[in-house]
Amino acid sequence: MSRRQRLTLFSVVALGLSGFVLWAMTDLRSFGDYAGTYGVLLNKVGVSERHASNVVGAIVFDFRGFDTLGEEFILFSSVMGVAFILRSSLKIKDQRPLDAVSNDATRTVGGLMVPIVLIMGLWLAAYGYVTPGGGFQGGVAIASAAVLVWTATSYRAFARLTPAPTLDAIEGAGAAAYVVVGLVGLGLDGAFLANFLPLGTAGTLASAGSIGLLNWASAFEVAAANILLYREFFQEYVQTFPGVREER
Amino acid sequence: MILQLISFTAVMVLGVLVVLSFDPLRQVMVNGVFGLSLVVLFVVLQAPDVGLSELVVGTVAFPLVLLATIARTKETQRPK
Amino acid sequence: MAYYPFVVAAVLFIVGLYGVVSSRNYIHLAVCLTVMQSSTYLTLLAIGYVHGGTAPIYVGFPKHTRAVDPVVQALTLTDVVVSVVVLALILALTIQAHKRAGTVDPDKMTEMHG
Repeated sequence: MSRRQRLTLFSVVALGLSGFVLWAMTDLRSFGDYAGTYGVLLNKVGVSERHASNVVGAIVFDFRGFDTLGEEFILFSSVMGVAFILRSSLKIKDQRPLDAVSNDATRTVGGLMVPIVLIMGLWLAAYGYVTPGGGFQGGVAIASAAVLVWTATSYRAFARLTPAPTLDAIEGAGAAAYVVVGLVGLGLDGAFLANFLPLGTAGTLASAGSIGLLNWASAFEVAAANILLYREFFQEYVQTFPGVREER
Repeated sequence: MILQLISFTAVMVLGVLVVLSFDPLRQVMVNGVFGLSLVVLFVVLQAPDVGLSELVVGTVAFPLVLLATIARTKETQRPK
Repeated sequence: MAYYPFVVAAVLFIVGLYGVVSSRNYIHLAVCLTVMQSSTYLTLLAIGYVHGGTAPIYVGFPKHTRAVDPVVQALTLTDVVVSVVVLALILALTIQAHKRAGTVDPDKMTEMHG
């Protein structure tokens, strides 16, 4: 089917599809007129039952913790898939690609900002159940500190700081820790991913029981998965530089 | 109310512009602005967690993987 | 204003679908796919909005203030982080396809080779 035929067929179908979509959308309740009961109930009992002032964090790691387990394994297997697909290309182990930043100002300021971004990512992950944040956001922010290392210096510095076996271990440990905490909850309380630690006072770090453990497990897993992903893409990118010799 | 109207309209216009930019490099830049408008929209809709997620992802991860792929798939298209 | 967010979401979906169908470059296709994903985030958050509601975070608020629905926010949050990893998977396939066929044009890669 040629391109023109494809586009004509698409425009006919799109008209029908958009008609259906708009008809379905106007059947919903109007914007702002919320009538569900699950959300109202969770808002009412979320803080008093779990002592976590961020109700969204409590939902992600406790009330609907099983969905988060599924999402973590999506992340895990996608990174495995990317590493598998891009693994057949050349590996550059001890090369010197000509990508070192030579400007002193960039290197200094960029290098000084790496610990700041790292601390901010750790803070976002730690206070996930008190204020907006959480394991997922904090994990990506920690991974962006590693990207800053590459941007401010060179590929060799980045590769030295983030060795692949360590990252593999951290990622696997994070995913496994989530399942282990769930199984401990099963053993102690009779339900998978039950909250078994003592709940403290809401609004402080020492609260929300085992949500804190799950929070940190997912932060490590997301951070390690993201850095592994960026490593694969950096290796692809660095091969476009002149002077990169392949490793036979 | 006015803020919500402006944010929704900005998201719609920028979304259409993202699809209509055919050069991949230009599309990466427009996608960055689209991500920022999404962050503003999420905060206006009282969802700070989602806004944080979209911010860290759309600023760091998206442009990185896209630019690496563009660099990798462009270099052998030059005539030898 | 009652249905405007849903109209915006529908427009984003259809426009993204047009981009996917008529694309000449796999990278452009992947980004249009993310535009379609953003329309689903919009729909979810617009369904959960409450007039005059605040964010569902109770630091310093009394517990009975009206807040927006937290469940849809929890669903959207993990979705956003996972979508970038799935995008990376699509782009890895693009890189491999470019190595085999020398082009990133979907129209030119119509034959299957062994």
